[in-house]
Amino acid sequence: MKRNVAIIGGGQTFHAARRHDVDQAEMVNEAVRAALNDARMTMDEIDLVILGNMEFFEGTHMTDCWLVHGTGAYGKQGLKITTGGTVGATAVVTAAHHVASGLFPRVLCIGFEKQEEGDTGAILSGVAHPLWGRSLAGAAVGYFAMMGSSYMAAWGATEEHSAMVAVKARQNARKNKYAHLKLDIGIEDVLNSRMLSWPIRMLDMCPASNGACAMILADEKTAKARCKKPVWIRAMDTAHNEQFELDWRDVKTTRPIFSRTCAKRIYRKLGVQKPSEYFDVFEVYEPATWSELVWYEDLGLCAPGEGFRLIEKGVTEIGGAIPVNPSGGVLSTNCIGASAMLRVWEAALQIRGDAGEHQVPKDVRRALTTAYGGTNWTVMTALSRTLDD
Amino acid sequence: MEEKHTTDTFEVDQRLTAHGTYWAGKMGTRFYTALRDQQKILGTPCTTCNKVFWPPRSICTFCFSELKDVVEIGPRGTVETFTLVTYTEPIHPRTAPFLYAVIKLDGADTGMAHFLDEVEIDKVHIGMRVQPVFAKDRKGNILDIQYFKPI
Ligand SMILES: [Zn+2]
Repeated sequence: MKRNVAIIGGGQTFHAARRHDVDQAEMVNEAVRAALNDARMTMDEIDLVILGNMEFFEGTHMTDCWLVHGTGAYGKQGLKITTGGTVGATAVVTAAHHVASGLFPRVLCIGFEKQEEGDTGAILSGVAHPLWGRSLAGAAVGYFAMMGSSYMAAWGATEEHSAMVAVKARQNARKNKYAHLKLDIGIEDVLNSRMLSWPIRMLDMCPASNGACAMILADEKTAKARCKKPVWIRAMDTAHNEQFELDWRDVKTTRPIFSRTCAKRIYRKLGVQKPSEYFDVFEVYEPATWSELVWYEDLGLCAPGEGFRLIEKGVTEIGGAIPVNPSGGVLSTNCIGASAMLRVWEAALQIRGDAGEHQVPKDVRRALTTAYGGTNWTVMTALSRTLDD
Repeated sequence: MEEKHTTDTFEVDQRLTAHGTYWAGKMGTRFYTALRDQQKILGTPCTTCNKVFWPPRSICTFCFSELKDVVEIGPRGTVETFTLVTYTEPIHPRTAPFLYAVIKLDGADTGMAHFLDEVEIDKVHIGMRVQPVFAKDRKGNILDIQYFKPI
């Protein structure tokens, strides 16, 4: 990038299925204050506020207008982002673009969702194509179920493999004080959980969480003057897919699909040859267990068809060679508008060495984060500890 | 030709039903509890800005301070601006004609829109003094104040 952009602070709420103690503005405000405190900044120093959530997932519209006391955006420039599961990552990317433009040195970006307050499933069916999909649509589980059945048929993986992903996520979440599902479970618990849509069981899916995340991005001058541990945004990429494109389910396809296209482009920007060695930690967007296995392959952490071998060998555990989602990921916490931002923020915490109990036990200099959602968008953000990394 | 085009087109019904709830939070809960149980209207003072907000809030919009106190405001107030609605749409809460007014309660620095009833339309004016009429069966909703009327 022509102008460097750094993450100079961030924060999140505790994530939970119920937040009856706060309204939406109060919940968002918790994350905003945490981010400002972390960056040692006041709201007066913020030039632009970007707010992300999914329209009507909490039964409300135009939250950028009426949550303004919670976001601190009163009288400031800003905009609202809604791009599906990618919302939080798109908000970060948009913030980074604004800083990199040279026009806004200090930008606050926020992602939130208070899922218990709306009918996410019903609104998700509104995402389906009005002519071809909506009369058949029923929320998100079926999408990942198709992915799982296709993956097993293509590569010979079993339901035990997806269960291993479920266990890893919830055991990692137990080390993350902010995570929603901190479950001390084993493979049997996953396999015995209620079947939702074969092969997806209850514990193969993410929860519906309430929560918010906020981050402050700044230009190089501000970052160096104000922040002891800036985390640099080194590259970003977004790829779109057509919603009514079914080929993505065919995991054997040689055609470039959205996540692989995105990975290829971001690796080219950074000169990455071997991603599993280049990056020290990954935070990927996995609303279901199978999607994490597909991410391993689409990110090139292994050859196609070998993703389930990585989880089998424990390679992607916190202490493994390629740690993936030490935070517990989306499988443990899914406040949709915040989920993709949490990937970036958790990766930044790993680089700062501030992840606490779920800090990976190795030197973390570079991290890659992913997001997907909506009509199959992918957003990737690569972070580093120094500008030389 | 024109007619043939019309008969060959399709439309697909897109009815969606999505139920929602909204938790009133720290300040909203205090407001509605006082309104429902005591017929009291609460505002939030910001000592930094020297303003009292209605509706109440936990964060000052202007200075970003956290607000924790409440004060009783009103119940009397003043019409800041108003309009007479003379058309009817399914989305409207009432059938026309009806009056909307922004009312600043005594002791508050901000106004809020509500209905204005029991008034001769020709006599409504900015600066008119009004008082609330509380609902008998109050449920924790802004319509626990049914409407305002002239004093
Ligand atoms: Zn104030």
